Amino acid sequence: MTILQKVTALLGEGAVLEAGTDRVPRIAPGSPDAVALLLGTAHQEGWRVRTEGAGTWLPSDAPADLALTTRRLDRVPAVEPQDLTATAEAGIGLDQLRQQLADRGAWLAIDPPGLGGRTLGSVVATATAGPLRQGFGPVKDHLLGVTFVTGDGRMVQSGGRVMKNVAGYDLTRLQAGGFGAFGVIVLVHLRLRALPRADVTHLLEGSRDELTQLAEDIAAAGLTPAALELVSPALARRDRWVLAVRLVGSPTLVAADEAGLGAATGGGGRFTALRAEEAHGFWMRLAEGLAVRPVTFRTGGVPAASDELLDLLQHQLGDEWISASPAAGAIRWSGDATADRLQRLRRTLAALEVPLTLERAPWAVRHAVGHFGAYREGAGPLVAGLRRTFDPGGALVVATDGE
Amino acid sequence: MSTLPRALAGDLAAIVGARHVRAAPAERATYAMDGLPTHRCVPGVVVLPGTREEAIAVVRLLATHGIPFVPRGAGTGLSGGALADAGAVLLVLTRLNRILKIDPANRLALVEPGVVNARLSAATRPYGLHYAPDPSSQSACTIGGNVAENAGGPHCLKYGVTVNHILALEVVLASGETVKLGSPGGEPWGPDLVGLFVGSEGNFGVATRITVRLTPLPRAVRTLLADFGALRAAGEGVSAIIAAGIVPAALEMMDQSCIRAVEASVYAAGYPCDAAAVLLVELDGRYDAAVEAEAVAVTEILKRAGARAIRSARDEGERERLWQGRKKAFGAMGRLSRDLVVQDAVVPRSALPDVLETIAGIAERHRLVVSNVFHAGDGNLHPNISFDATDDAMRARVEEASSEIMAACIAAGGTITGEHGIGLDKLRYMPLIFDAESLGAMLAVRRVFDPEERVNPGKVVPVHACREWTQGSRRRAQPRGEPVGAV
Repeated sequence: MTILQKVTALLGEGAVLEAGTDRVPRIAPGSPDAVALLLGTAHQEGWRVRTEGAGTWLPSDAPADLALTTRRLDRVPAVEPQDLTATAEAGIGLDQLRQQLADRGAWLAIDPPGLGGRTLGSVVATATAGPLRQGFGPVKDHLLGVTFVTGDGRMVQSGGRVMKNVAGYDLTRLQAGGFGAFGVIVLVHLRLRALPRADVTHLLEGSRDELTQLAEDIAAAGLTPAALELVSPALARRDRWVLAVRLVGSPTLVAADEAGLGAATGGGGRFTALRAEEAHGFWMRLAEGLAVRPVTFRTGGVPAASDELLDLLQHQLGDEWISASPAAGAIRWSGDATADRLQRLRRTLAALEVPLTLERAPWAVRHAVGHFGAYREGAGPLVAGLRRTFDPGGALVVATDGE
Repeated sequence: MSTLPRALAGDLAAIVGARHVRAAPAERATYAMDGLPTHRCVPGVVVLPGTREEAIAVVRLLATHGIPFVPRGAGTGLSGGALADAGAVLLVLTRLNRILKIDPANRLALVEPGVVNARLSAATRPYGLHYAPDPSSQSACTIGGNVAENAGGPHCLKYGVTVNHILALEVVLASGETVKLGSPGGEPWGPDLVGLFVGSEGNFGVATRITVRLTPLPRAVRTLLADFGALRAAGEGVSAIIAAGIVPAALEMMDQSCIRAVEASVYAAGYPCDAAAVLLVELDGRYDAAVEAEAVAVTEILKRAGARAIRSARDEGERERLWQGRKKAFGAMGRLSRDLVVQDAVVPRSALPDVLETIAGIAERHRLVVSNVFHAGDGNLHPNISFDATDDAMRARVEEASSEIMAACIAAGGTITGEHGIGLDKLRYMPLIFDAESLGAMLAVRRVFDPEERVNPGKVVPVHACREWTQGSRRRAQPRGEPVGAV
């Protein structure tokens, strides 16, 4: 029997989707149990499996015997607006989830790069936070728990559905940003916020140096914008660099923040307030723009080093496609870069205590560079040990460490 | 009686100095409990290193001999998590108490594990910053202990728990190897091993250096005290605030039993003794007008929920009194009985009114005094059971009531601990919320960090309930705290 025949016998014809251009069979299990069945079988048979969501972020190009897509895991079993929590399967598109939450007055304060149809599982597995990281923290801070299936088909639950939980080790945080190396996330318990009653975006164009200084001034003044994003001209589709400030909350708070913004930046009137539809378009284009070029990575340094890191990126790779939260020390770069240059950059950054996480790239680059790497003292063996624990047969094709 | 090799105390003394090794029975007995009075366990020997290098040398010595050990901070934990038995060494880290760096520009600090929580906030206050997690024991508990337990506190509702404030760690593993996790900017080098380590209750190693995030002090604060005639109404008030999208800095509840204990103590805060419950609500932010508007909104919500009266602290002195009553409530409850079990569980916030009624019913059925003082905004309950440990029958009733309270919280969609940890005390409840596969996964992860399971053995994961993930466990020790009586 071929792999396809075995999988069809296992999960039924409904689970078999049309293969991609590389003809790797694409399997869409319809339930978490089916994922466990598939991975358990893959482990026994020695099949190598790549995990996909909607296929809009990471290229579907890793060499594998089959592709497991979570796209049929698209249910939202629970939305609890009273508790501001929700439970969703990993394959639901983020735009679809957002709409369901908004209908109940709830909001997931995550705005990752990529297309709106990107799956929740993809966002969690890659921990790709967007500009809202400034006000609401990284992706992991929005998770209450996950259920995942290991490379040998074991279903593991971590965390729960409540706001505080220290029962057992926090395997949820291992999965958030694990790039699927420690299992396939099938279910996510989310921490929500109430849909903000006021949500405004202000833009200012200028030189990078001037805007970086302004971002520092805004943070130093104690303002707490939801987003404080420095965007390169090409990405912002403007002539100059842009500093985008997003303020959310109660109308009173936002009005006070707007006044504070003017005071912190040398008087009002410098920023331009966007109309609601303009703001929506601006943030959407920014997110989508980071999925256009072949390579995207993120770095995380201390806030005071942001300017120096931007200089370094400009010098080594160019700065056409950059979106950064200087006050949070986070920078996302997108463009075209060879594996060799990325490896060199990672080594340079590591000497500055700045990790570089490769978020998306063609397989050849991912394989050579790895999503992670440049571990600090003693951490490499721990990561390798965790990998062996959760994928003892090496069924999951993930370029964790590079060559 | 210690079952450790006779030469060990001398070997330890050669590293840390003889006065920092406690080997006499009376000295060791001092460390037989943590903040939970229901488990007692006398360590084989106690060692207090004074530097990072000494701590690492001690761990390496113990690795050489394959001796189990238990890291301990100030011993204020509430789960029996920092107890070592006669076959293990207690590694007390309170002398590693230096604040190594405060970096106001990047809002971070580098500290040793024995730094007391409140001391760090005091040291950073001149920079307009503080360390946000504020457990009730913050005047004594250490940052290292907070990391091990992923400690919370009243203001974690808005600012997050310990894990949200730890950027990087230097850890010495059971093998004696040191590892560096995380980065000063908070971005992990790969998977989030800092997040995995925080809350691992000492099972993964000993944090010897901790980089924490500092948070700006709020410029505007309003502290409200709402007085309710019914516990249920207070619970409904909490749900209504959360559902309205308001995130107070803190949202705490105390019931009548707790209020009366506080008001009869030196910590009297002026709480209304005839109230069935009070809510302590703190709102903060940068702008006075915005905070005031939220205070007005909260006041309206609480009135609609049935608050009899709501008062706002007029000045910092009154605010501090209101908070002191809350934070010292556990101490004040010492007036009610000679012993107290501080329980810890979490439920969905909308379930609070029902669960509080259920707990009251459990208390009544078992003829016990249960006082509630807790982080209502997070749904993090602390039912406190007053009892007399010398009364065997009463201890048995406490045991049954505790189990029933946990079962009620789980049935409501909650969990068995929000901030105190599993330790020894809650091992038995772990199979109620995790299946054998998930428990097995946790054990397997622990073995990646500590293959011999020598650090804080016998805690967190009930080994008997795990599905085996790897062949041939190499466990060498499985000490258990001996319960004080049956509790």
